[in-house]
Amino acid sequence: MGMTISEKILAKAAGLKSVKANDIIWAKADKAMLDDILGPKVVIDEYMRSHNSKIWDVDKVVVISDHYTPAANPTQAAVVKLARDWCTDFGVERYYELAGPCHQVMVEEGYALPGTFVLGTDSHTVTYGALGCFSTGVGSTEMLGILLTGETWIKVPETILYKWSGKLKEYCMAKDIILTSIGATGHDGATYMAMEFQGSAIKELSVDERLCITNMAVEAGAKNGIIEPDEKVKEYMDKIGVKDGYEFFASDKDAVYKQTFEFNADELEPVVSCPHEVDNVFKVRDVDKIHVDQVYIGSCTGGRISDLHAAAEVLKGKKVAKGTRLLVSPASKRIYNECLKDGTFDILADAGATILASTCGACLGVHSGAIADGESCVSTTNRNFLGRMGSKKSDVYLASPLTAAASAITGYVTDVRDL
Amino acid sequence: MQVYQGKVWKYGDNINTDIISPPASLELSIKEAAKYAMMNVDPDFGKQAQPGDMFVAEHNLGSGSSRETSPLMLKELGIRAVIAKSFARIFYRNVINVGMLAIQCADTDKISKGDVISIDLNRQVIDNLTTKETYPISPIPAHILTLIEKGGLIPYVEYKMAGGK
Repeated sequence: MGMTISEKILAKAAGLKSVKANDIIWAKADKAMLDDILGPKVVIDEYMRSHNSKIWDVDKVVVISDHYTPAANPTQAAVVKLARDWCTDFGVERYYELAGPCHQVMVEEGYALPGTFVLGTDSHTVTYGALGCFSTGVGSTEMLGILLTGETWIKVPETILYKWSGKLKEYCMAKDIILTSIGATGHDGATYMAMEFQGSAIKELSVDERLCITNMAVEAGAKNGIIEPDEKVKEYMDKIGVKDGYEFFASDKDAVYKQTFEFNADELEPVVSCPHEVDNVFKVRDVDKIHVDQVYIGSCTGGRISDLHAAAEVLKGKKVAKGTRLLVSPASKRIYNECLKDGTFDILADAGATILASTCGACLGVHSGAIADGESCVSTTNRNFLGRMGSKKSDVYLASPLTAAASAITGYVTDVRDL
Repeated sequence: MQVYQGKVWKYGDNINTDIISPPASLELSIKEAAKYAMMNVDPDFGKQAQPGDMFVAEHNLGSGSSRETSPLMLKELGIRAVIAKSFARIFYRNVINVGMLAIQCADTDKISKGDVISIDLNRQVIDNLTTKETYPISPIPAHILTLIEKGGLIPYVEYKMAGGK
């Protein structure tokens, strides 16, 4: 019996020749990632100090303060300081602050690698699957166990296969692929499972765009999202200067899948996920003319360089609608610097955008763009739960950067073809 | 094995971790944050929940963030067990890892707010003392039960390292 790519990576991490779905294995972590909000602050710092604990391998631990940077108040600042001090005191040298949302930093800095097993204290740790990495989110207590022992137990997931044939039209993006996939699966349809994406439409996508797809696997309940790595991933590794320490795996022809969904990208239209569940997906053209108070382009889902270039293309020479504000937060400081140099910020700022630091802030409504009672936001982020970006009486519509940019120009939820 | 009895707080489908632990509460200590649990759908919960109470929901409980603050806030309020028809993956592990009972039961739609229920792990049932109904629950593996009884993953690992079984 053949194995899926997810099974092969887990077998390697467990030191086994083969594993199959539903086996429970102990696997060794290649990297452990902690953020500020759910890292050392929750359980970990207190336990390790009181027990005089040591980290199993400090070279495999990365800590990224991103949710509360820049801090909005002294309490948030104290959380960031706690993470920083924890790294100093426990010998973790790989500490980042104001570098951007953790998942983009993990990818850019070469910590999330093809064929490796990575765990993180944030649910969107699933992002790294776009590189052919098995990665998933864990709670803080489980992370504490990993920090002390270097391993954790995991049930090998069954896999749902998503076959995307055809080629994306110029008005669609990877975000439309993943929202459509989640809409078909349901927000708990992939609970405990792997979501594997294949097909010509996926092969065509850049690594940037693929990261948007796997980033949202957890929104269907999945343990991980994964895409078979190819020459584009190899080029990406070369670009960021990673020469070794990774391995490409691929699913066998006779691998066993729990279920298969088939889609044709040629027929795909821009979609939007309406409040307050991610699987509440509709074609943008089928949504009522809803006024938009805020448009947010950013995050580990929709703030990469290709996202900002796509938005700039739409906004070039245009103005943001009166009564609507456009906030842009690049997914990392590197992307920020690139946009500074290549003119992207000029275009966005001329259109009326406010450029923010690279941060998680507005995505979960903790700073830099929270929304009020009765307000609506079109956002390129990953969650539209009740109260996610601020008031419990606000509405969040998840969409691609193209749809977001078009909506900023008109002031209501808009298909980019209708500008 | 023990029997746990308590009064019910009842919710529906898709109670996600943003609802259980609202983003604005995340910067606080668990002790301070606990009173804001469920605030956006039930402001009374965080103020009135009593030690021993039961948290009952329906499908897809705990979807979304990996935030362990969700079960920790429920634990701080003294919630004895978390019961649902189905759970999101990370939340389910987190509930167990912090030492609370996570019970899967297909009949939670028959349980209402204020009911007094009794979880009997021996008989693998929930007895609803208010309605006199009995509902089957999914069995909990012995090692998971030991882990919960020891107080969670960390006390369990310490117990194992000291030679316990």
